[in-house]
Amino acid sequence: MSDVVIKAEGLGKKYLIGHQSERESYTALRDVLTRNVKSALHKTRQLLSGQQLLAGDEVEEFWALRDIDFEIKRGDRVGIIGRNGAGKSTLLKILSRITEPSTGRVEIRGRVASLLEVGTGFHPELTGRENIYLNGAILGMTRAEIKKKFDEIVDFAGVEKFLDTPVKRYSSGMYVRLAFAVAAHLEPEILVVDEVLAVGDAEFQKKCLGKMEDVSKNEGRTVLFVSHNMGAMTALCNKGILLNQGTAKYQGAIQSTILEYLNHFTKTNRKIEYPIAKAPESEGIKFLYAEVRPVENVRETDHFEVGDPIELEFIFQNERQDIRALDLTFHLYDEMGNLVFVGSTGFKWKEPKQFGQGEMKFLCRIPSGLMNEGFYNVQEILIVQDRGTVLFAQRDVLQFEVIAKQEENWGWMGKKEGIVLPTLEWI
Amino acid sequence: MTEHLTILEAGRAEKNYWRDLWRYRELFFILAWRDVSVRYKQTVIGVAWAVIRPFLTMIIFTVVFGRVAQLPSEGNAPYALLVFAGMLPWTLFATSLGEASNSLIGNSNLISKVYFPRLIVPTAAVVTAFVDFLISFALLVGMMIYYQYAPSWNILLLPVFMVLALLASLGPGLLMTALNVKYRDFRYIIPFIVQFGLYVSPVGFSTSVVPAEWRLLYSLNPMVGVIDGFRWCILGNDSAMYWPGFYLSLGVTALFLWWGIALFRRMEKSFADLI
Repeated sequence: MSDVVIKAEGLGKKYLIGHQSERESYTALRDVLTRNVKSALHKTRQLLSGQQLLAGDEVEEFWALRDIDFEIKRGDRVGIIGRNGAGKSTLLKILSRITEPSTGRVEIRGRVASLLEVGTGFHPELTGRENIYLNGAILGMTRAEIKKKFDEIVDFAGVEKFLDTPVKRYSSGMYVRLAFAVAAHLEPEILVVDEVLAVGDAEFQKKCLGKMEDVSKNEGRTVLFVSHNMGAMTALCNKGILLNQGTAKYQGAIQSTILEYLNHFTKTNRKIEYPIAKAPESEGIKFLYAEVRPVENVRETDHFEVGDPIELEFIFQNERQDIRALDLTFHLYDEMGNLVFVGSTGFKWKEPKQFGQGEMKFLCRIPSGLMNEGFYNVQEILIVQDRGTVLFAQRDVLQFEVIAKQEENWGWMGKKEGIVLPTLEWI
Repeated sequence: MTEHLTILEAGRAEKNYWRDLWRYRELFFILAWRDVSVRYKQTVIGVAWAVIRPFLTMIIFTVVFGRVAQLPSEGNAPYALLVFAGMLPWTLFATSLGEASNSLIGNSNLISKVYFPRLIVPTAAVVTAFVDFLISFALLVGMMIYYQYAPSWNILLLPVFMVLALLASLGPGLLMTALNVKYRDFRYIIPFIVQFGLYVSPVGFSTSVVPAEWRLLYSLNPMVGVIDGFRWCILGNDSAMYWPGFYLSLGVTALFLWWGIALFRRMEKSFADLI
């Protein structure tokens, strides 16, 4: 018996995207017919050759995963790391057989249970007791297995009193606890877990993490785990696979995978530099250089964690002889397009600074204890003269990512809500 | 313990499909049970709905076809019994079609989050319809007592025709389910099929009304064979069975079943991506 439980070779998953596939989830035959009339010949040919009716001229292929090879040994606890859209969830979906790969093959030895969302299949009208059986069956447990574990599940969730209440009357906390309790008592040989555990209060999360560790470390189960929380990854996993844009960039021990990720894949576009001849210019102002970087000696690695101080540097060239009174302003947006804040020398200096011909350097620091997790975009850098005239403007200059704190390994809190996460002073 | 080896590949015909289906039989029962127990929650008269709807339709059909149109019954059977014997399998068919075709969309959170043979979902929905059928069957028994109508030995074969009615519902049901995932148009087509079919199938009248030269053609409708079979069982010798037509209906049922399963299995793999 081989010790490899999951073996993937050349695994790929292709989606068709384009004008028509965008509406794929609700395709009306009427729309299809209208399009058919528009390009009747083309469509007829497609129909006759048996291609899918959805495909049209504008269709483009999108590879969510491409050429993935890996082997997972029995008892490995593998963390799958990558940015949003790197293909992590697609990989889990293929492994848990929800969707089939477009290319390549996977061999899986043993039963797979997947936990892509807690409470999948809970029915609001049914009671807690009924839902335990329902959810257990959906997750692949037999009735006998559930019966055996029933008390344990109820105990873990702490909902004894409400067992015969329909779950629609549960508080959201109780709902999630019950859902997780069922899932945590699964006993498959291979467990696939998506970032579903960012739920519940801190105490319950601690309990979940304990249970997960129990399952993986002590019972020797193979676990595949996706999370953005590097702390949880470090605590739970021993191996890592790093995905970026659908391909596997790195595989190895969890620590080195995380380091690789932090070093190479979290900085998105943190530096921009133009040779003076090609620099964007307006009104005699040339944009030479911009960088966002960690403050020295805060971390060994080159990434930002929640609450880190961040340094921004902008260098311009004033080409004109005359001395000008200038300010610099930039706007910081998050990935949802919210304006996080506006930074400007105008807020700080009583008067605009007098610049003569030559290099102008602006350096600022976002203080520690402010930034939340997420992707940020430094947009709309403006050079303003005499507090009123915009001389130079440039959009979409720098992008950077702030990740969750690594030390925080006591639970999967997920991203804390809010645009910023200031360290408050409690008096 | 033998190890369970799964191989995932593009377009791979699942060799263990039917064994998998068997392995997930508990899920099948539990989903069917869920649908049944949720069906009449938060309704005042609950299960009575399963009786009231066919009962009222039966009364209207008896009046319209029996009294107003003066259509003949079969033998000495009361017209109301004739109608209800046809109404039973027809309601099963109509409910199955409706329930099955919406079942996958109603369970889309399951489809996109967990693996199991998808065939379970629409089949479980058909079982739900069957429970309704059994409840209204009790009404039939009540009516037979009321009319003091003694069944013949033919009624022993009724379970066979019940299975046939289930299979006849399952075929088109699967077909509609699979298509409905991709083209939601079928959601609007189904009520139409059901309404149309009610008059095309011999629910309110006896098949003997159909001229003899058209009967074979008429039997292309799979529900004709099923309804005739029900009447033959329930009304006994008052109802004459037209066997060539019945075999044709049987064939059409088998064809639909095969087609439904084949299409469903072919489209099954893309459900998670489409839904």
